[in-house]
Amino acid sequence: MSATATLPPARRLPQIPWYVTLGMGWIVLVLAVALLADLITPFVYTAMDLQYRLVPPFQTWAHPLGTDELGRDVLSRLIVSIRVSLLIAFGATLISAILGTTLGFLAAHFRGIVEQAVLMLADFQAALPFLILALSVLAFFGNSLPLLIGLMGLYGWERYARIARGLAISASAQGYATAITQLGATPQRVYLRHILPNIASTLIVSMTLIFPEVILLESGLSFLGLGVQPPMTSLGNMVGYGREYITRAAWIMLCPATVIVLTTLAVSLVGDWLRDRLDPTLG
Amino acid sequence: MTPLLQLRDVARSYVTRNNLFGQARPVRAVDGISLTVNAGETLGIVGESGSGKSTLGRMALGLELPDEGTVTFDDAPMPAPGSAAWRTLRRQMQMVFQDPLGALDRRLPVLEQIIEPLVIHGIDGDQRSAGLAALASVGLSAAQGARHPHELSGGQRQRVVIARALITSPRLLVCDEPVSALDVSIQAQVVNLLIDLQAERGLGMVFISHDLRVVRQISNRVAVMYLGRVVEEAAADDLFRAPQHPYTRALVSAAPSPGPRRVERVILTGEPPNPAARPEGCAFHPRCPVATARCRTEAPAPARIAPGHTAACHLLTPAAKVAAR
Repeated sequence: MSATATLPPARRLPQIPWYVTLGMGWIVLVLAVALLADLITPFVYTAMDLQYRLVPPFQTWAHPLGTDELGRDVLSRLIVSIRVSLLIAFGATLISAILGTTLGFLAAHFRGIVEQAVLMLADFQAALPFLILALSVLAFFGNSLPLLIGLMGLYGWERYARIARGLAISASAQGYATAITQLGATPQRVYLRHILPNIASTLIVSMTLIFPEVILLESGLSFLGLGVQPPMTSLGNMVGYGREYITRAAWIMLCPATVIVLTTLAVSLVGDWLRDRLDPTLG
Repeated sequence: MTPLLQLRDVARSYVTRNNLFGQARPVRAVDGISLTVNAGETLGIVGESGSGKSTLGRMALGLELPDEGTVTFDDAPMPAPGSAAWRTLRRQMQMVFQDPLGALDRRLPVLEQIIEPLVIHGIDGDQRSAGLAALASVGLSAAQGARHPHELSGGQRQRVVIARALITSPRLLVCDEPVSALDVSIQAQVVNLLIDLQAERGLGMVFISHDLRVVRQISNRVAVMYLGRVVEEAAADDLFRAPQHPYTRALVSAAPSPGPRRVERVILTGEPPNPAARPEGCAFHPRCPVATARCRTEAPAPARIAPGHTAACHLLTPAAKVAAR
């Protein structure tokens, strides 16, 4: 048993490190941009203006981030891309977290053949290169945004499943979960009210690890031409189509690439900080 | 009067494997035990590690079903663990665990955990004041109820577990090593608390421990276990004053007591008991100072050696009595 020092009754106000503040600020900004995309785009993101092709950034007030090879406003395209990419990343991360945790809990609760089946599926998923699965599914079933989100929702579920199963089993083996079960609680109550909040911090950290990977995966698929299809745009799609102009008009590619890097970094930083904050035993 | 809890010839085996390819072998953790607990009575269960005490406690509560034998509570057979009937029955029977920090949800304030059985069993009324009353009954303040488990001391946590166990007014309480993780000074407080609460409420209690002092203090009757069997059962005073079975004699003589030593200390030799390698005949014979040839081949059955006093030893039972059985 660990002897933990008693905390002073008056809890200190949380001290947020500066880099977490920056990360949160960035996430809020990106979310706001995604939500308000229709209102703040200066141009329609598909509108071409062939007179102003490949205008560098900061040259005219009309196109602060320049234009691409067809004279489309990079800023407008970036804003719409952020919306699409975030929608995919959030949707996919949520789907895979819910799917994985549910399967993990089922495995931990029923054990036996259910557990074997879940673990086998998880091993299968871990052994299969996800990009190949994605490529074949997209090649056979064509391409649509809901299908893409659902497909990405399969990414990383096995990690949540393993974590949820392991933690639920250890909770049931010796700890609070046995005690609550012994009090007469239904399995739903034990899992949703006690085990889930207790392992939520670990799951949230996994989400913040998987979220950037989903953004990168979506970028990769779009880069390969299998993700979001033109004229729809996404961050990866912009990077993919901008690569041909990397020597002459690097900004077409660098703008979305910077957003990808900053967003994934911000999510990771905030996630790590959140893990510590969510644990009541770490003052 | 029908006993509150009755165990008849219960047995429970687990399967172990020595190595990766080793053959699975059943280990009989509990091997044919019959015990009864009446309302208002405390049955102490003592034994070394691996003697099957905790398994017995879990079967008494219905957390596990016995492989053989029956467990009845109030003359009704124990429902299968996890069934709706089993869950409803939890209101009547509760458990106090060895590790109170492990038994509490560290994310919730303790008051919320104490009233959780009321929520689970749909007991209406002012749950919060019931929880505060339960806190007060175990000697904790309302301010302590707002704390998280890690902000309390070990003894306070165990009081929280006891308060949670008693809030539904159960009729049976099983305490599995409830004080062995606590300091000696705190142990006495918790044991006294349990004694007081039991006297107040007329609970039937099963108190499992390896600590003879504590068991003697709290129990009305005591059963001594050795390798999954009860070797001696008697009223606590009789058993500690005049232990009959050689194993009990060794245990009692090993317990420290104040003042000059009254009985010769019996020192046991040989291996500590291993349930995976149960000796032939009487399980205790390899360590028994008075074992005879018969003990090596024939397992003794529990027999009444005095009113309310049973023991399983060939040397305590006249041969004629055994033959008559």
